[in-house]
Amino acid sequence: MAKQNKAIKISKKHLLGIQDLSISDVNHILSEAKQFIALNKSKNKKIDILRGKTQINLFFEPSTRTQSSFELAGKRLGADVMSMNLSNSAIKKGETLIDTAMTLNAMHPDIIVVRHQDSGASNLLSQKVNCAVLNAGDGRREHPTQALLDALTIIDRKQKIQGLKIAICGDIVHSRVARSNIYLLNMLGAEVNIIAPSNLMPKDIQKLGVNSFSDMKKGLKDCDIVMMLRLQNERMTSSFLSSNREYYEYYGLTPDKLKFAKSDALIMHPGPMNRGIEIDTKLADDINKSVIKEQVELGVAVRMACLKIFCE
Amino acid sequence: MRKKYFLNANIIDPHNSIEETGGLIINEVGKIEAVGKKVNNNNIPSREKYIDLKGKCIIPGLVDMRVFVGEPGFEYKENFRTLSEAALSGGVTSVVTMPNTNPIIDNVSIVDFLKRRGRDKAKINIFPTASLTKNLEGTNMTEFGLLQAKGIVGFTDGYKTIQNTRLMSRIMRSAYDLNCLVMQHVEDEELSKDGMVNDGIISTKLGLQGISELAEKIIIERDLTLLEDFNCRYHISQVSSGKSIDVIKQRKDSVNFTCGVSINNLSLNENDIGDFRTFLKLSPPLRTEEDRQSLIKGVNNDLIDVIVSDHKPEDEEQKRLTFAQASAGASGVETLLPLALELYHNESIKLNKIIKALTSNPAKILKIDKGNLSIGNDADFCIVDINKPWIVKKENLVSKSKNTSIEGRKLQGKVLNTYVNGEELFKI
Repeated sequence: MAKQNKAIKISKKHLLGIQDLSISDVNHILSEAKQFIALNKSKNKKIDILRGKTQINLFFEPSTRTQSSFELAGKRLGADVMSMNLSNSAIKKGETLIDTAMTLNAMHPDIIVVRHQDSGASNLLSQKVNCAVLNAGDGRREHPTQALLDALTIIDRKQKIQGLKIAICGDIVHSRVARSNIYLLNMLGAEVNIIAPSNLMPKDIQKLGVNSFSDMKKGLKDCDIVMMLRLQNERMTSSFLSSNREYYEYYGLTPDKLKFAKSDALIMHPGPMNRGIEIDTKLADDINKSVIKEQVELGVAVRMACLKIFCE
Repeated sequence: MRKKYFLNANIIDPHNSIEETGGLIINEVGKIEAVGKKVNNNNIPSREKYIDLKGKCIIPGLVDMRVFVGEPGFEYKENFRTLSEAALSGGVTSVVTMPNTNPIIDNVSIVDFLKRRGRDKAKINIFPTASLTKNLEGTNMTEFGLLQAKGIVGFTDGYKTIQNTRLMSRIMRSAYDLNCLVMQHVEDEELSKDGMVNDGIISTKLGLQGISELAEKIIIERDLTLLEDFNCRYHISQVSSGKSIDVIKQRKDSVNFTCGVSINNLSLNENDIGDFRTFLKLSPPLRTEEDRQSLIKGVNNDLIDVIVSDHKPEDEEQKRLTFAQASAGASGVETLLPLALELYHNESIKLNKIIKALTSNPAKILKIDKGNLSIGNDADFCIVDINKPWIVKKENLVSKSKNTSIEGRKLQGKVLNTYVNGEELFKI
């Protein structure tokens, strides 16, 4: 199967955002990822297609799931993986992103996975290094592998994305996950509803081709998928909301509110979750409705696909 | 100095309502002796050599009302000598320098230093401003009277805004008593906090914190309301949005004030930021194309009086960063006129109006006798080929900092010679 895909080439050198990808790029990545799902469930999870390749995970912002997912993905493909947490070293010594990039570039990596608190950081990095750059989240801008794994999860459960009605709810303004998902779900033919209090809604979001709602119940009406986002308190520099309990009352996903969506609606969350703030804890764990664990599982497969494709 | 004769020039001097083919005579002490159509071959002594300009333009030397110089404190970005060279190459013969230096220009002793350095190192006329508040802290007023007596032409906190309304009203009262010019950067700093680009679809797409146009509008409305009480000489440093133009239009008849705009906001819009181009991180930010069109209309309708370069030299280290970390501002004193001429070539603004906004209008606001070709005045002027095509390349820029907002832009119009006090100080 893998040989069939050899003919298809990705149109970009780097994976900086969904915005840059064509629909055939996306299908290529998703179909590669599907093949790794089975591998990840088998007893021997390791293959050697990236043997001899060096992967550097450059994380300027703390991360557990994305970083471990990328690390595992690289290792399962046989790459030499080095993870660097720079949230408290080089930057504090005054080194700029470009200098860090040049230093790492001199070590001849084949791929750099980067997460940074500033929007556009991965773009800047990609201009300065010779190898491929995978964006693992830049500020509020994009988190492409998260959107791809979300799409894979939806396809796995619903067999399609075309024609589905998908709600993305929560702290949209600070969310790179929301932006990447909007681009990808739109591209794949879904109807996207964005739900957030006005204080957490980015300006002119409708121009991205979505419907926006400040009333959660209206936004959830007849949705097939309900994607909840984390309240990013660490990015809030002033008062956006009165309290967590009021937020939960109006924007937390509860069984009551979920009734407005379709009866077979699935719940998604990119994690980490704030239980009892944006989502009812029982709903989050409801194996009939929540696919949150599956998202994490498929995340490894998507990242393996991306590493493989962009290393080539 | 020998007398100089220029003939067959297209002379544009809005101050004296001259727009005609004619000549210019500079006397032995560098003053203007005669100007206009009366100066021609017939009244020049035959033994004298003259320069035939063959239809090239002579305009008064530009008065750039908003220039940041790195001296003192940031000489590695720009010093008086490099600023002067850059200005001359763009036909700018007078600049108003901002007080955002290190130390801040907020007391009488530093003004002496500034004037000495300006006199010794710069060949152009330097008109320094001082800060409105001590150390730009926005709490205590500086000594407007004493500073003005030392030669300060106006007061501004540069890229900071007086946030405290009570203080602002007191500043206006003092400025009224002492007949001082107040120049305000109009931005509600709480509303624009952490902002980097215009608040809209571009900020949403790029994931950058936006700056609402309301942050500008609110301060303009507040200041114009305060002005109703004490109408001091008040100048809005730069406007960037159509909403601000609407307010200015409403208030123009009831209060006296003047207003400026940066050439960047007149010539670029938020789409030019593209893929996080930090050289286009500006304050006020570039806004939408509709806003840009409103600003052009504002110049055409005399709601905007002055066009400035907002020259803010930044070294490469301040720009080779992520958008959030990069400094705001663009170097632009030497491209001010050519970029403004683009507005003439694309028929946005009449040539006379552009020159007026670059010469006599700022001089009038500042109450300085510059920006004109009046007889007896210092011969500060430039010769311009308004059709000459060229391409902006940062390596060819004269300024010490190369952070131009228009790298690669194809422009039409270039300064050929610049004269200060009758002396040719720049030649292409």
